[in-house]
Amino acid sequence: MALDVRLIKILASRLVRLALVLLCVAMVTFGLVMLSPIDPVDAYLGPQMAQVSPEQRALIAERWDFDASPAVQFGHWLSQLLSGELGWSHIYNQSVSEVINQRFQRSFILLGSAWLMSLLVGFALGVIAGAKEGSPLDRMISGYAYVTASTPAFWLGMLAVLLFSVYLGWTPTCCAGPVGVLNQDVSMLTRLHHLVLPMTTLALLGIATITLHTRARMIALMNSEIALHAFAQGASRSDIAWRHGLRHASLPALTLAFASLGELFGGSILIEQVFAYPGLGQATVEAGLRSDVPLLLGIALFTALFVSVGNLIADSLYPLIDPRMAQEQL
Amino acid sequence: MRMIQPRLAAAGYIGLLLIVLVLLISSPWWAGHSAAQMQFDARLMPPSTSHWLGTDALGRELWSRTLAGLRLSFWVGLSAALLGTLIALTLATLATLSTTLDALVSLLIDTLLSVPHLILLLLLAFALGGGTQAVIIAVALTHWPSLARILRAELFSLRHAPYVAISQALGKSRRFILVHHLLPHLIPQCIVGALLLFPHAILHEAALTFLGVGLDPTQPAIGVLLADAMRYLTGGFWWLGVFPGLGLLLMVLSIDRLAVQLRRAL
Repeated sequence: MALDVRLIKILASRLVRLALVLLCVAMVTFGLVMLSPIDPVDAYLGPQMAQVSPEQRALIAERWDFDASPAVQFGHWLSQLLSGELGWSHIYNQSVSEVINQRFQRSFILLGSAWLMSLLVGFALGVIAGAKEGSPLDRMISGYAYVTASTPAFWLGMLAVLLFSVYLGWTPTCCAGPVGVLNQDVSMLTRLHHLVLPMTTLALLGIATITLHTRARMIALMNSEIALHAFAQGASRSDIAWRHGLRHASLPALTLAFASLGELFGGSILIEQVFAYPGLGQATVEAGLRSDVPLLLGIALFTALFVSVGNLIADSLYPLIDPRMAQEQL
Repeated sequence: MRMIQPRLAAAGYIGLLLIVLVLLISSPWWAGHSAAQMQFDARLMPPSTSHWLGTDALGRELWSRTLAGLRLSFWVGLSAALLGTLIALTLATLATLSTTLDALVSLLIDTLLSVPHLILLLLLAFALGGGTQAVIIAVALTHWPSLARILRAELFSLRHAPYVAISQALGKSRRFILVHHLLPHLIPQCIVGALLLFPHAILHEAALTFLGVGLDPTQPAIGVLLADAMRYLTGGFWWLGVFPGLGLLLMVLSIDRLAVQLRRAL
């Protein structure tokens, strides 16, 4: 009973912290946009800016309160935000929440599948490598992990397109479906065909982090008294890896996977750009390049929420791994 | 023996990297200024003995453009890493002064870490209007939090070290303790921290430039070269994409290995 109350308290304090961090994200991102040398009226008008008279510009500025002080504008924006109104995206001519909703649905398939793949493959490779430190297999796997950790994500995507799409012709070069076909008419199989290359490239980068982390855990386990005891009972290395390693290292790998959602999302921006995949990442770049301020702010807040929830889950998993941490937090 | 081995390895790495860097930085003198020189009779040539890494769509030598790009990446990455380390050290030190400041710094760290780096970079590039200086500042501003967190934890654990307690008992001022005890202890960590930030900074600069919001597209930056290569990818001009990226990978990998070796040695 007492434990329940403490758990609720911990959860409540975490949620308050989450709200505080999100408020700060809103302030920082809004402040950055205010700093921009790009004139908000020009950004709003886009290519039509040459056809608008100074009187009309003044009207636009008045309509959107561009002349008010930054604090007043922030207040307006925040109150709109709290009522669920994220604003209007002028490059997509849709409300920001609609753009984010549509785009995220497509990105979610990419992000989710790449996340799962990097977790499973990364964990398996880490266990294999760490079970026998210094073996040829370990050298190969950790060498691979070191190299991918230093590889630019978009370059890996380019190489993949070059090899599998241009030379081998196995996969399409772009997009989430065939060009000129309506989204709802694309079959599941075609979708998967378009997804497989971006997903694999995105996963390759996440695999490295999880592999190295799991490998370090496994090496520590193999040098521990648990392993010594099992060796004395006649267990082999693979026995120990299978019986103790899986339990010992799986939760940390899962925690790390939740804690690195930000990197995953950052990678997806680049990968979506290379594969012309019409997801949230591509919309982010478009918003940045074409000064769509409401969309840029909306995406920044949305991803901050996404990453923070990931961190929250990771933080909540820690006490499960190590009960001593639960004691410390109380 | 166990202590000597990593140090020897680190020395080897430093030597190797220094040779590469001297070659890289001195390349304008021995490689000439061919990075911008166009040869219209030799456009999109594959690698051969006369064009080592091939040429681009304007007949410019890819090897000299790649070298120029790596040089640019190196300087931008180094400046961003140093600036980021300086910010991290300053804010970590500020955090030790009072609990309010500490709470503020921690909140700032949490805030910046909760937005994906690349989105924050896009926002910063938007706010600062692009260009080399803007990229350096943007990369520095996004990369300090993880190092600041480590330095802050280190400073907090040092506060209870015996020699600090003795110094306090002897009536030394806070500033004296900070300058004479705490900061010298942090210098190796700052060096390693800067070196660990360095490859990240290079990769993020290249990513920003590739997306079109980083360095000026008229400069031969690696991101610009790769964005150009994207347009010729489906035509099978593989060398345009492969070599600049490979050069970047090798540079990032060697700096990263150096940082890891150095951390082990210190």
